[in-house]
Amino acid sequence: MNRVQSPPQIQNRIDLQRVADMIEPGSRVLDIGCGDGALLDYLVHFKQVDGRGIELSQEGVNRSVSLGLAVVQGDAETDLHNYPSDAFDYVILSQTLQSIYDVRGTLDELLRIGRHAIVSFPNLGYWRVRFDLLMHGRSPMSEKLPFIWCDSPNIRFFTLTDFVNLAEDMGLGIDRIVSIDHAGRATPRNGVGLWTNWLAEEAIYLLSRGTSSASAEAPPGER
Amino acid sequence: MSVVSNTGAPTSDSIAVEPAVTDLPGHTIVLGETEPLELASGQRLGPFTVAYQTYGTLNADKSNAILLCHALTGDQYAAEAHPITGKPGWWDTIIGAGRPIDLDRYFVICINVLGGCMGTAGPKDINPKTGQRFGLDFPIITITDMVAAQKMVIDHLGIDKLFCVTGGSMGAMQVLEWAARYPERVFCAIPIAGAARHSAQNIAFHEVGRQAIMADPNWNGGNYYEQAESPHRGLAVARMAAHITYLSDSALHRKFGRELQDRTDVSYGFDADFQIESYLRHQGSTFVERFDANSYLFITRAMDYFDQAAEHDGVLANAFGDTPVRFCLISFTSDWLFPTAESRQIVHALNAVAASVSFVEIETDAGHDAFLLDEPEFFRILSGFLTGAAELRGLNGDKVAP
Repeated sequence: MNRVQSPPQIQNRIDLQRVADMIEPGSRVLDIGCGDGALLDYLVHFKQVDGRGIELSQEGVNRSVSLGLAVVQGDAETDLHNYPSDAFDYVILSQTLQSIYDVRGTLDELLRIGRHAIVSFPNLGYWRVRFDLLMHGRSPMSEKLPFIWCDSPNIRFFTLTDFVNLAEDMGLGIDRIVSIDHAGRATPRNGVGLWTNWLAEEAIYLLSRGTSSASAEAPPGER
Repeated sequence: MSVVSNTGAPTSDSIAVEPAVTDLPGHTIVLGETEPLELASGQRLGPFTVAYQTYGTLNADKSNAILLCHALTGDQYAAEAHPITGKPGWWDTIIGAGRPIDLDRYFVICINVLGGCMGTAGPKDINPKTGQRFGLDFPIITITDMVAAQKMVIDHLGIDKLFCVTGGSMGAMQVLEWAARYPERVFCAIPIAGAARHSAQNIAFHEVGRQAIMADPNWNGGNYYEQAESPHRGLAVARMAAHITYLSDSALHRKFGRELQDRTDVSYGFDADFQIESYLRHQGSTFVERFDANSYLFITRAMDYFDQAAEHDGVLANAFGDTPVRFCLISFTSDWLFPTAESRQIVHALNAVAASVSFVEIETDAGHDAFLLDEPEFFRILSGFLTGAAELRGLNGDKVAP
């Protein structure tokens, strides 16, 4: 593969590209649930990060390591305790939080081993999802929530506002929020208001230890 | 390693080994002449001979060297026809143009381990103090000792930093020991189908093999070299038992099942009725042509004594603190001799020190021997990891001039 000539964008993955945009060049990064290594490969080659990955699926691990990436087979919920504190500048958990049993414990671990955590997840508050449940009385399915309820690995259903509230409750700082709508448009947000929670199909949060600027605007009726 | 008298002569308490006269291909070097090697047992070895083989070309800044560490019954002939058996080298499929270890890019070194029988000092060599073969008087060797001797060879070749150290099984133990002892001398390490300690089950299998050798009347307390008959039967049984542990139940079933050997019905006797029996007997009888029974005792013992955590207050991670080495561990699903759990323990220890580590488990029914076989997924991983590491080491593009 001639990486020099590949465009400096991650193909077909606007969400990963927005995650990558949050990362300072040359930093130490752990990508949990790194899939086939697309984000990590981009970060290593275009942001010169010292990158590591954890991936549950053997196929994903093998593909990542074939790319020359430092990826191990492992589980976000059981294997993070092996890592020392402050080992990374950024710990990334993309589209995985919704399938984790111990959400608080995992978030604590992310911010123990990393100075920052970058968390992305699908938004249950997205209007099509709400509409689906309201009008059809069925558990919502969408591009971002593609599983039928009984086969879904997703065990946590939460909204952008829910997550802001959890972060506040845990005393975590939210440094940045980027919402992504159905068309793949990414918008930086200072907080999560009523409309953001309606329109975002998914969101990315940059978290740090301790409180910070961005917060939920506490839309009435949404708390 | 201890500093000894600067007179240039080994101290009187160091064990000298007379160089064996062989016409084997490759290189030999006499080490420990002025400064003996201090062994883990406390004994000192020197001077002693080490035999090694190289493939490819060392580049100008000596940054493209890959050290291959061979397994229990392997030797330095990794990528050429074996000088005794004529069979292809044990990693012939991995080394060469267009293969994971591309000789257009890398320089490969493979060293016969201490205690071995292919040119490096071992129990079949002569003790100059007595004029007799060492036999069991040869000093007990450990994995650490093997690696220390290898480092002396690498020093001799003027290589400051090996690009990669890799090997499977006992080779993986040496890889781990290289990374733990000489992290500044290793850029990346690929321990394959290995473990940071030899398990009780593995010690047990080794003990069966050793007892089979010692039970052979021709073994004669290890002093069989001047006899007409060597303990070939005992060594063959040891090899047969060990060979089963290198395979898997499903691989044996797939290859042999209950098929009969050159007959249509069982013989109601103890001939090799079944193909698997015939296969094992063949494995045993060909092995004894090229391997020394006492070497088998010494090398299996070295593996048994291997326990990296024990040498670091019981904490494996302590063996690798702040390591700059980039690791890639590979295990195989059906390997029950060095199961994936052993590699995973090493991965956890490396994670604990935030080391750069890749870890892959390859799906195969070939068992422990998978690291010696044609496993495309394994080759892809090896090739991908090496290429990525070579990029970081600045080795890409500049093929070595012949």
